[in-house]
Amino acid sequence: MSSLDLPVTAKPVAGAHPARRTLSTRWISGLTLGGLLALWWLVTAAEWIEPLFLPSPQAVLGKAWLLLTQGYMESTLWQHLGASLSRIGLALGAAILTAIPIGIAIGRNRIARGVLDPLIEFYRPIPPLAYLPLIVIWCGIGELSKVLLIYLAIFAPIAIATATGVRTVDPAKLRAAQSLGASKAQLIRHVILPSALPDILTGVRIGLGVGWSTLVAAELIAATSGLGFMVQSAAQFLVTDVVVLGILVIALIAFALEMGLRALQRKLVPWHGQSH
Amino acid sequence: MALLQLERISAQYPGAAEPVLADISLSLGPQQLLVALGPSGSGKTSLLNLIAGFVSPSAGRITLDGVPVQGPSAERGVVFQDDALLPWQDVLANVAFGLELAGVPRPQREQKAREMLALVDLAGFAERRIWQLSGGQKQRVGLARALAADPRVLLMDEPFGALDAFTREQMQELLLQVWQRTAKPVFLITHDIEEAVFLATDLILLAPNPGRVVERLHLDFGQRYAAGESARSIKSDPRFIETREHVLARVFSQRSAAGRQEFA
Repeated sequence: MSSLDLPVTAKPVAGAHPARRTLSTRWISGLTLGGLLALWWLVTAAEWIEPLFLPSPQAVLGKAWLLLTQGYMESTLWQHLGASLSRIGLALGAAILTAIPIGIAIGRNRIARGVLDPLIEFYRPIPPLAYLPLIVIWCGIGELSKVLLIYLAIFAPIAIATATGVRTVDPAKLRAAQSLGASKAQLIRHVILPSALPDILTGVRIGLGVGWSTLVAAELIAATSGLGFMVQSAAQFLVTDVVVLGILVIALIAFALEMGLRALQRKLVPWHGQSH
Repeated sequence: MALLQLERISAQYPGAAEPVLADISLSLGPQQLLVALGPSGSGKTSLLNLIAGFVSPSAGRITLDGVPVQGPSAERGVVFQDDALLPWQDVLANVAFGLELAGVPRPQREQKAREMLALVDLAGFAERRIWQLSGGQKQRVGLARALAADPRVLLMDEPFGALDAFTREQMQELLLQVWQRTAKPVFLITHDIEEAVFLATDLILLAPNPGRVVERLHLDFGQRYAAGESARSIKSDPRFIETREHVLARVFSQRSAAGRQEFA
């Protein structure tokens, strides 16, 4: 009897196994997040922790609604968010426009490498907040110094990644284009730039990560709007629900930026990682 | 008609004591398919790089129709061992790439590229991505790309070296058909003896240390194939076998000579 049972029971298990494997990682992640939320709700609902230290999830959600409709510190959540996003957007745009040409120059030209490489390597390891005071002395506490600080933080990763990408272009592809009559400018436009694009996009991803943390830190110190400012001023009045809400929004934006860039990378460089 | 001439060419890598190539003279004209055969280290690829203009000779002169060769140019098309196609372009754009660089408008260059794809039997593959092609198909695209720019001579750097035996034979026959139809002088390097004997109208045998020509042969097996004889009947012809064995013996005699030198 048992010898007859065995194949019957074994079959569905073997069939179900791959499906369970593909779901499992996401399930684990989902369960972790759900568990964390449940724990948060539990410790606040059972009043084991004072709302001053950790407000309940419902309180944070309610506050979010209030911030969206009425605002905090004379600006709604949207305005704080808009201020932060426009700062990082401006800085990112300027960094892409300048860092990519400079990265190509470093990768292609010996003199450009000699001049620019040590400059970038000198300032890159310095935490941006260490030179923020100097920027404030030079440029005041207006928008310019914040955008400039984020710009500097984003610039180095993009320039270095571009230079690496340019230096590792397949020489056979360069020769192929040359033997088809490509000029120097055409080589850059048609071979070097597309070859380096995966590296450039990785540089942008790293740059945006650094830039976002620098932005929030800069807003904690000198600003009258923005997510960092919102968190900082709420902390001074011990409005913990706004602090928690601000942190959650900052994390969500960082996550969305990363996911967006990954999607962009898949769309722009579909050949990356393909064996060819 | 195009005539490529190499006069007493030598080449040396910077810092190296021995030259890579010493005193090479050869000419390549219409109706010729010149094959350079030699073991690795005999400077085959260096010779092709010199003709393509990727490197400059340390002595001697390379001219195409009397004009000295200076740097790479579209008049000398190259097919590479590892296809060197651009993965961000589809097959059609890869083939049309040379014409795009020359500023040819899109409709004309795409029409020409489709003609070239038909010439290499890849008519239905225009919209494919490069990574969706097999090794043999990639080499055909590489050949079509080089031909689309209408070069005066075609240089091929071990173009079938990475292919399996079956695909390689197909590609050799395809090359002979294309060579016959386009009437372009072809310079091909290989380390496959049968391939060299089958394809060449002119075969040069290179020996290493320093790279030099040790034998020149005029052959007609490729022309016989182009005239309609089947590849199998040519390759089983006693004359073909005899030639192949002769070349094989030459390659081995060099190798044992080189071995004796090393022991001495």
